[in-house]
Amino acid sequence: MHTLLIANRGEIACRIIRTCRELGITSVAVYSDADEQSQHVKLADRACHIGGSRVHESYLNIEHILQAAKDSGAQAVHPGYGLLSENAAFAERVEAEGLLFIGPQPDVIAQMGDKIQARNVMKEAGVPVVPGRELASIEEADLNEAAAAVSFPLMLKAAAGGGGIGMQRVDNETELLKAAASVAKKAETFFASSLLYLEKYVEEPRHIEAQIFGDDRGSMSCIGLRDCSVQRRHQKVIEEAPPPGLSKQTEEALQTAAVRAASHLQYKNAGTVEFLVDKEENIYFLEMNTRLQVEHPVTEETTGADLVAWQLAVAEGKRLDELQYTQPAHAYALEVRLYAEDPKTFFPSPGTITEWEIPDFPFLRCDVGFTNGDTITPFYDPMAGKLIVHAESREQGISRMIQVLERTSISGIKTNVPLLLDILQDSAFQQGKVTTHFLTDKKEEEAAWKK
Amino acid sequence: MEEIKASMAGNVWKITVNTGDEVKPGDEVVILESMKMEIPIAAESAGTVESIVVEEGSFINEGDVLVKIQS
Repeated sequence: MHTLLIANRGEIACRIIRTCRELGITSVAVYSDADEQSQHVKLADRACHIGGSRVHESYLNIEHILQAAKDSGAQAVHPGYGLLSENAAFAERVEAEGLLFIGPQPDVIAQMGDKIQARNVMKEAGVPVVPGRELASIEEADLNEAAAAVSFPLMLKAAAGGGGIGMQRVDNETELLKAAASVAKKAETFFASSLLYLEKYVEEPRHIEAQIFGDDRGSMSCIGLRDCSVQRRHQKVIEEAPPPGLSKQTEEALQTAAVRAASHLQYKNAGTVEFLVDKEENIYFLEMNTRLQVEHPVTEETTGADLVAWQLAVAEGKRLDELQYTQPAHAYALEVRLYAEDPKTFFPSPGTITEWEIPDFPFLRCDVGFTNGDTITPFYDPMAGKLIVHAESREQGISRMIQVLERTSISGIKTNVPLLLDILQDSAFQQGKVTTHFLTDKKEEEAAWKK
Repeated sequence: MEEIKASMAGNVWKITVNTGDEVKPGDEVVILESMKMEIPIAAESAGTVESIVVEEGSFINEGDVLVKIQS
């Protein structure tokens, strides 16, 4: 492979270009009208305009991207994350054009993209999933039978639903009977189906995920775990490796389950198996992301692997045991995501950056897609980039990140830097006792204080 | 008359009122979409929707007038 087209933008396009440079591969960027002056366009060896500012006119336009690949003489396409990265039709079209798609097989992307199918496939593979079942009716006998099989506390939800609408926690049979009638009514209104689904309520859930890699010959490896429990609106804010305070046994259970999941799919290339871990350290499959993750740097910093280089190598037919660790491995790594948003309301804040000062430290890695003078437009994701520190311990990592953020100065747009500092200085976070409810609970606590 | 303006640049995702509708302060009139997030825009005073200046799907800048309300 001598030329790689990157079908993405922002920090991840810049990140992939960096590895291309190290490997002597010619990088080709694609860009929309709004991104003409972007960092990824400036950094790449070549750049192709692919259409208007809106994503469906450019970054989601498969034909325009394939045309750019042909025009630039690329042999391979890296989809990054988001955008077309988990679009099976795109992966298929890339391969049909005789190009190498840097990612897993299209049918695996499709299978894992359908969340219900993914759950069923994982059950088949013997990977633990959150126990649950569909309710035959909301008659008392049916309810109690299902509840006994799954066990309290339970989460009652619309079988056809999503987005938390009509979800309710129930702790006993009396509550269940009452809740079933009201949730069924809501389900009928919102989803035109009163069918209900009963699921085990996962108490004090942590989000822990496993980085896996598979090659052409069926070898599979889990190379690290990440804790991504600090989330807002299901979007991750802070990620770290290794996850704090997990027992050795649970770490091994997660690694084993991840490898079993990926092996069952005969998965090729990089992927992430996401799990929920409850307060008793039971593990449950959540979903599989069939691409490089935003938070892949914390795994790179703690293993010494360049995951983009590995993706390219495996796509070209290299075996797992031929892959090299090319960087120093540190005991601990912490990543924060810089969002262009109001730190209190989480509302996006597009605008032109008039100041972009991030200090230099030997322990700091900046994976960013913007700099002073750049404009963050309303067309795309509000994430401007990521800051990653490595350290000898979690305590040192947190204090280093605080040091970095206190010396970071960004103007022209609002950013979540104050929120990040607040989290890093929170005692629950410092003690490693964070669940996925952490940010919501914290907000409610602050609101209560104000009253 | 109240001119309801966009609080940030983005796409008009949905218009939730029609010309002639009565609105109260706090009623949602337009939903903008910016950076993959929906942002509801509400009326600040009571009145009747006199005209809708934008269309669903159109791109607007911060400060652009979206809807005019006759009090």
